Amino acid sequence: MPSALINVPAKAKRGDIIEIKTLMSHIMETGYRHMASGEIVPRDIITSFTCRYNGSEIFRADLFPAIAANPFIAFFTTATASGKFEFEWIGDNGFSETASASITVE
Amino acid sequence: MRLAGTIVAALLLADAAGATEIPTAERRSGYSFMTPETQTIQDDETANPGLLWALDGEALWKRKAGTADKACADCHGDASTSMKGIAAHYPAFDKALGHPVDLGQRINLCRTDHQKASPLAYESRDLLALTALVARQSQGAAIETGSDPQLEPFIAKGRELFMQRQGQLNLGCANCHDDNWDKRLAGSAITQAHPTGYPQYRLEWQSLGSLQRRLRACITGVRAQAYDYGAPELVELELYLMSRARGMPIEAPAVRP
Amino acid sequence: MHRLPQSTRRHFLGLAGGAAVAGAVPIVTLRPAESTPAMLASAINNVTQGVLVRTGKVKLDVPPLVENGNTVPMTVSVDNPMTAENHVRSIHVFNEKNPQPNVGNFHLGPLAGRAQVSTRIRLADSQKIVAIAKLSDGSFWSASIDIIVTLAACTEEVI
Repeated sequence: MPSALINVPAKAKRGDIIEIKTLMSHIMETGYRHMASGEIVPRDIITSFTCRYNGSEIFRADLFPAIAANPFIAFFTTATASGKFEFEWIGDNGFSETASASITVE
Repeated sequence: MRLAGTIVAALLLADAAGATEIPTAERRSGYSFMTPETQTIQDDETANPGLLWALDGEALWKRKAGTADKACADCHGDASTSMKGIAAHYPAFDKALGHPVDLGQRINLCRTDHQKASPLAYESRDLLALTALVARQSQGAAIETGSDPQLEPFIAKGRELFMQRQGQLNLGCANCHDDNWDKRLAGSAITQAHPTGYPQYRLEWQSLGSLQRRLRACITGVRAQAYDYGAPELVELELYLMSRARGMPIEAPAVRP
Repeated sequence: MHRLPQSTRRHFLGLAGGAAVAGAVPIVTLRPAESTPAMLASAINNVTQGVLVRTGKVKLDVPPLVENGNTVPMTVSVDNPMTAENHVRSIHVFNEKNPQPNVGNFHLGPLAGRAQVSTRIRLADSQKIVAIAKLSDGSFWSASIDIIVTLAACTEEVI
C-alpha cells in the first residue's frame, strides 16, 4: 500500500480555521513521455482527491498530468466539531487509497 | 547543445583557477544554495516527499524476508533507537570484504548474510526506502565518515577520482565543485558537492535517489562513461565526499532541485 | 583537413561563453499576462460557459525563481469571505503550454473557512498560468502570471 502523509492539527478551538496538508505517493506519469523505443509511457495519474469532515465533503480536487509526482495538496477548513477527517485518492488503473485523521475541537 | 556549451565555458574558467579543496570554514550544504521555497519543501515534515520513502521503510523494517524468515526489527529492534547516528559513519570499512561499503550495500549485506534473502536492486523503491529510514535516524548528526584509519587508501582513491579529468568535456568533479561552486551552470547553482542529504529527493527526478545515481548523472554530464551501480569507484567517490563533509549535519532525506 | 572543424569549434566556444553569461542572470521574471492561445481559452470557457471573467480577487503565488519545472510550488488564494451566503465555490488553474491546458480544479465551499489551496505543479516550458475563481453569486474572477522556466544543467535522460 502506498504511503501518505497527512497533517491535521490534533486539537483546535471551535471556529478556528485550520490548514490540512496531504502528500500521497504516486508517480503521476503524464502519458506524454516516450520510452527510448519511441513508445508512449501510458498515463498513470491520480485524477481525484476528496476530503470529508465528519461525513461532509469539505474539499475536492480534480487532478491533471500537470500536477507534480507525489501530489501535495494543502487547504483549509473551519474546525466545527471533534471527529474524523477522511481522505480519498482515486486514479488510473484502479488506484484507490484512503486515509483518516482525527481532531479534538474544544 | 546549449548545455554542452555552458559546460565547456566552465572548463575554461576552471583552467584559470586550478583545483583547490574548499576550506572547512567555507563549506556549505547544497541546502544553502536553494530558494526559500525549495528549502520549505525539505523542512516541512508533512511536505517533504522523501519522507514517503522513510514511511515505506518503516513497514519494510518490520517485514520478515528470506529463508531465515527474519525482519530487520527482529535483530535491530526499533530503528529510531538502534539506527541513530549509523548513517553518519557511511561508507564504512567492511572487514570481511576488505573494502568500504555504502549504506545501501550494508543493508543488502544484511539481507544476504542474515536474512538469507536476495539483495535489493540499486535504486529500487525498497532499497531506497530502507536506506531513507536508516539515514533519517541520523538527521542532525555530524558526519563522521572516514575516521577509521583502514579507509585512508580508499579515501585517497576517491580524491584522485574527484580531481581526475575525464570524458569528452575533459572535466573533473573538482573543476566545478571546488573551483566554481559560487557560479551557475545554465539555470542551476553549482554546489560544493557535500552529500549531506542522501538518499535525497530531487525535484528533477521527482523521486528519491541515491548518491550513486547522482554521481552517475554527473559523470554522464561530462560525457564520460558512468561506472556501474556498486562499482568500487563510486563507493570511493562517496567515501571521499562524505569524509570531506565530516562535521556537517546529515539532512536525509534532503530535497534538492 | 582539421582546419574547418577547428574554426567551427572556436566559434562554438564563443557562443558557449555567451550562454554562460546568460546563465548568471535571474532565470525567472514575471511579466503582465499577454494573449491567450486557443487551447487555454477553450479550457477556460468550459468552466465559465461564456460568463465574463473579471480580473481581481484572485492571488496566484509561484516562486520568483523556478529551480526545476518538474515541481513548482503554487498557492492560489481568493480575497472573499467563506460564508453560506457569499463564498468561493471553486478555483480552476490552467496553463498555456503544457500538453494539456488543465492543471487542477479545486472545489471548496463555506466549510473551507479560507479560499486558499497549495499544490506543486509541472511546467514544461516558460508560459502563462491562469487561476479562475467561481463565487457563489456565479461571478468569475481571475489572475494570471507569465513564468519563465529554464532547463536545469546536467539533467538525466527521461527513461
